[in-house]
Amino acid sequence: MTILGWLIPISLLMGGVGLVAFVYAVRSGQYEDLEGDGQRMLSDDWDEHPKP
Amino acid sequence: MGVASGAEPGSPARAEPVEVVLSLPAIHCATCLSAIERLLIAVPGVRQARVNLTLKRAHIKAAPSVGAAHLVSVLQQAGHEAYELDPAALAATRGDRAGQDLLIRLAVAGFALMNVMLLSISVWAGAEAATRDLFHWISAAIALPVVLFSGKPFYASAWRALRGYRLNMDVPIVLAIVLALATSLWETMLSGAHAYFDAALALVFFLLVGRYLEHRARAAARSAAGELAALEVPRALRLRGEQEESTPLHDLAEGDVVLVHPGARMPVDGLVVQGCSEVDRSLLTGETMPEFVQAGQAVCAGAINLTGPLRVRATSAGVNTSLHRMAELVAVAEEGRSRYRSLADAAVKLYAPGVHLLALVAFAGWYLYSLDLRIALNVAAAVLIITCPCALGLAVPAVSAAASGRLFRKGLLVKHATALERLAQVDMVIFDKTGTLTRGAPRLVNGAALDAEHFAIAYALARASAHPLARAIVVAAQRAGVAAAQVGAVEETPGYGTQGLWRGQRVRLGRAHWAGAAALLEGDWTEGDSGAEDPASTMASYLQIGDSPPICLRFTDSLRPGAIKAVAALHRAGIAVQLLSGDSQAAVQDVAARAGITDWVHGARPEDKLRHITRLAQKGHRVLMVGDGLNDTAALAGAHVSIAPASALDAARVAADIVLLGTQVDPIAQTIAIAQKATQRIRENFAIATLYNAIALPLAMAGLATPLIAALAMSASSITVSLNALRLGAQDRRLL
Repeated sequence: MTILGWLIPISLLMGGVGLVAFVYAVRSGQYEDLEGDGQRMLSDDWDEHPKP
Repeated sequence: MGVASGAEPGSPARAEPVEVVLSLPAIHCATCLSAIERLLIAVPGVRQARVNLTLKRAHIKAAPSVGAAHLVSVLQQAGHEAYELDPAALAATRGDRAGQDLLIRLAVAGFALMNVMLLSISVWAGAEAATRDLFHWISAAIALPVVLFSGKPFYASAWRALRGYRLNMDVPIVLAIVLALATSLWETMLSGAHAYFDAALALVFFLLVGRYLEHRARAAARSAAGELAALEVPRALRLRGEQEESTPLHDLAEGDVVLVHPGARMPVDGLVVQGCSEVDRSLLTGETMPEFVQAGQAVCAGAINLTGPLRVRATSAGVNTSLHRMAELVAVAEEGRSRYRSLADAAVKLYAPGVHLLALVAFAGWYLYSLDLRIALNVAAAVLIITCPCALGLAVPAVSAAASGRLFRKGLLVKHATALERLAQVDMVIFDKTGTLTRGAPRLVNGAALDAEHFAIAYALARASAHPLARAIVVAAQRAGVAAAQVGAVEETPGYGTQGLWRGQRVRLGRAHWAGAAALLEGDWTEGDSGAEDPASTMASYLQIGDSPPICLRFTDSLRPGAIKAVAALHRAGIAVQLLSGDSQAAVQDVAARAGITDWVHGARPEDKLRHITRLAQKGHRVLMVGDGLNDTAALAGAHVSIAPASALDAARVAADIVLLGTQVDPIAQTIAIAQKATQRIRENFAIATLYNAIALPLAMAGLATPLIAALAMSASSITVSLNALRLGAQDRRLL
């Protein structure tokens, strides 16, 4: 059962990384225009390179 | 992120860019989005342009030399509707800090709940001795800080209630959370079998979901309402000697002289010192006909100047204007409404003392029976957790979020939290006339009967004026495909009409006696304010060519699209409909007949409207008031529930519970049906929550409730309640 001593902290850490990423996304305004971002994906104006 | 940046790399002077915000009510797809961004970025001086499709707004960073008006005209030329917004008025709603805060608390609670639930499941599955203790300790380590952080909104609200010697739903919630954590911690220290860490977290999580839904539903309405307010940039042109300066409204003082251009709204109550013009007071009094004013006459704040520039000396400004006095009337009327008690409040009144009493009884009973404080405290905690209003906290927000979303798709913004419940009880609808049931803009009636040449001359003259009747002629001519005649030297005589030269003859379009039609006794260009005796209930203006007899052009106020349908649908639903207007008898009768309303009241002043509605309320009617003018605001605030169209004056939109976007009025009948359905769902949800409690409570009181049963009861009831609320949206799709 000593393996639990490793597994639980590791899983908590991994979940925590996800949580921190979510908090970052909310704070930086990535949830402000869900509809627009969904539509932008379909537009041909931008490719994977940002505009010069 | 796809921020398009400025298209002028070699710009020499890098002046500090200013922010411009435009409202784009008509955009809906990726094509318009990228087209608008491309258009804006192509304007020289624009550094950055980004469209937000959810809020239907464009945020632009541009050099100070680029005016918002220029950007608006660029978009309008390309066929996109756009309006300037006041960035200062939007700042209050920007970013939605409260929503972000709730979302983060919700995320943290959800994360902790999932982890603790995993540990709890292994305990329920049979982990024993040291393993169980270890799991309990880890759960405690996760749950304690998270409950402290995520539960903050509940602690704050419960504290506010207790400080005011009241009980709200948050008091039993906080008590349950604290008791659950305390007993669980104690049990864990004594290596007991039952810990409620997962239950405390589940409680916080589900209730935060409810809070967040509620916030989302209201934030959408709030931000749209803020946008409407931002449309009116509150500035006035003050004259200092001969120098004009743009001044914020609240800086104006008595005795200041302000310049009011045609098309602008009067910023103050005052006396005209120079100029003559006509003013449109329809938002203040409900009269369709403009009023003629000249030097020495008084004008009210809120009226719109139509034809000529006016200089007005302020007799009262700021809080003393008639606009603000009207607001006081509204405040008085609103007091009556605040007595409404929502379904949720009523449920809490019954629920909160009951739960505390039951927990106390369980605690006392078990203590007397076993004389063991630990068992008694455990049972009391179980009772509080099981009866905790998880489902109750979700029952109302989930339904109102679903219903508000559905109404938003129909073009209605629900501003007030209890508006839906009140709307469901409505048995009588009262419409205002001008601007609500009608467009508030006249329409040419006898265009087809006119000689094509006369029509062409009238069109050419009307183009030069901003008068509503002139604009009606322009609209009618454009629709009929009439080309403007060659009329030279067109000039407008404020208050009278426009004149010009056509083939060497003088042509005039305007008031009856000015255009040589004094003999024809009809309603004329402006004199409709005393129009109670006006036989035809129509407005008219006259066209005179040379010295030949004048030609009469007749107008009528056209109904809003969907008005007839809305009235018919309301009648079908068994709801009484009444028309209540400040306009003359003939005008009201005419509109009532066209809309199919048999019951109408005319000549009502603002106080009369409020008194009328109070009288109906005393007779036991639940009145829905639909109105847009300043003269309606008191009535809007005093009615059981109220709707204002988006074109209404700011004060009216503030006083109303629901704002109707777009020009159609027919969604009103459906709105009442949706509200009734939503209220029914709320009642069902309360019933479901009570049923779960009725099953689980005896178990808890008997000391048979384990953390497993608590978790099951809580999750099952919350999920059932949410699903029941979602049926409201699902039905929409089926009906379509």
